[in-house]
Amino acid sequence: MALLEVQNLEIAVSAKGKLLPVVQSVSFSVDDNETLGIVGESGCGKSLTALAIMGLLGGTTVRITGGSIRFDGMDLLTLSERERRSIMGNQMAMIFQEPMTSLNPVYRIGDQIIENIRQHQKMTKAQARDRVVELLSLVRIPNPSERVDSFPHQMSGGQRQRVMIAMALSCDPKLLIADEPTTALDVTVQKEVLDLMADLQTRMGTAIILISHDLGVISETSNKVAVMYRGRVAEAAETESLFLELAHPYTRGLLNSMPVVDSDVDWLEAIPGRVPTLEEELTGCAFHPRCASATELCLTTVPKETEFKHGHSVQCHFPGKVAP
Amino acid sequence: MNAMNFLQAAFAGRRLATLGFLWLVMIAVAAIAAPLIAPFDPLEIDPVGRLAKPGWPNLFGTDHFGRDTFSRAVYGARMTVIIGTGSVVVALLAGGLIGMVSAYFTKLGHFLMRGVDVLMAFPALLMALVLITLLERSVFNTILVIGIVYATTTARILFGMTLKLKGEVFVDAAVCSGVGNLSILFRHILPNLVSPLLVQASFIFAFAQLQAAALDFLGLGLPPEVPSWGNMLSEERIYVTRAPWLLIYPGILIVLSVFSMNLVGDALRDSIDPRFKDDISGV
Repeated sequence: MALLEVQNLEIAVSAKGKLLPVVQSVSFSVDDNETLGIVGESGCGKSLTALAIMGLLGGTTVRITGGSIRFDGMDLLTLSERERRSIMGNQMAMIFQEPMTSLNPVYRIGDQIIENIRQHQKMTKAQARDRVVELLSLVRIPNPSERVDSFPHQMSGGQRQRVMIAMALSCDPKLLIADEPTTALDVTVQKEVLDLMADLQTRMGTAIILISHDLGVISETSNKVAVMYRGRVAEAAETESLFLELAHPYTRGLLNSMPVVDSDVDWLEAIPGRVPTLEEELTGCAFHPRCASATELCLTTVPKETEFKHGHSVQCHFPGKVAP
Repeated sequence: MNAMNFLQAAFAGRRLATLGFLWLVMIAVAAIAAPLIAPFDPLEIDPVGRLAKPGWPNLFGTDHFGRDTFSRAVYGARMTVIIGTGSVVVALLAGGLIGMVSAYFTKLGHFLMRGVDVLMAFPALLMALVLITLLERSVFNTILVIGIVYATTTARILFGMTLKLKGEVFVDAAVCSGVGNLSILFRHILPNLVSPLLVQASFIFAFAQLQAAALDFLGLGLPPEVPSWGNMLSEERIYVTRAPWLLIYPGILIVLSVFSMNLVGDALRDSIDPRFKDDISGV
């Protein structure tokens, strides 16, 4: 049994008295030492899935309507508030997209990490502080014993993201969810942060879920990839298998719309159209309005999840028969 | 040291606000050291020397009981500070708590904030009048009533700000690290609200003076024997033609104090939130 197993997860938004599904029958699993990459355009439900796992969908407008999330043998959706809190930040941790706002501006960074540690472990303040200095040097913050007392505004974006990573790792979590951890950072810092995460994974064996819309980042860091489109997993496979043979036209489209540095083309292909909004009623495959090889069948019937190759599943009527 | 730097930054280049600040310091000193400054007992009646003109030894003259107006004005400063501070404490505690809790626990919040909305539908003075007629006239009740009136606006302001802060990623991050609700509300959100609270406090302090003076004038505020500027106006209003100084001095004191508080409030607000800086900020 894998460390985290998400099965048939359904999330819906209630708007104007109707329940609009935003995530539909999403299933995946992550194990120790593994990195799962989730890719997709904005609004395809990748962040919502992550928030659902962390239990941050507390509001009344967005809620989980079905499926199960099992972590380390526990059903996260039926845990009591108390039990859930003892897991959060301790066994599961999350890194957010915006390093500029994910630290509380009125507290010193050291105090924020100390709070997280003392929430879960019996430690004196001094012990926790030593641990924080150790963590900060682990995430390569220069001069950690002084920076402990810095306020967030005294640090750069990259440094803050590293502080967030230090905070997430402060209790040696088994699972780390990183929701676009590098999107707000510039490219050189991006690489540092990703390297750091990979490095920490080999050191501690953490399972990582990396959410991104950058296929390049995903291909470099993940063992497994799930491509999401309009709330569904369009295609899921081992990273090599996925990039070796694309089965879903959407993945092909994503890949085509990435600029290649060393090729001499002057036209970048994009996927035509946009992700249909929630209000638009769609029959059949959610991707058919944008798919070049859509047929009558795609318009009427939702494709079932089929096994394209071993360990490579896809939701398409014509897997693999994609116009390149 | 930090506080000194902050004051220096807030009042740099604002001559009028600095004067206002100094005036408030004087009021504070008068309030604390009232028995030392006042030459007479503010309650001592002298039937022979009633309605004396300003001069020596009665600097501001005497009222229709022959009480020394200057001494009463000095003791009135004490009431100003007590009423202001008390109202601020009541308004911020009640309003702040209601606003923050409402924003954080939305279901309960719908309930509480509708109540606040209903209270806000009444004009402030009218509501104070209704409340005070239900209660007995006393210093404590006056503070309570004014505090409740301004708790509504405070609740509204803090409701909005907490709602905004609640959506910040650092709150999600705190939830993710397993911190409980109350701890998030009071340890993570509240410290971010300190500066707006400070500004709100300075304005409530000023408005409370006006409200208290109005209540006193209507005979529904502090008990009549308590020396307060509002009471002085109220008691002596019939002597306006015979002894106008009895109304001029407390009137000037109220106007100057409220004006100073507003200037200081403006200066504090601008120094905390530079977006409010406008053309008249130089005064």
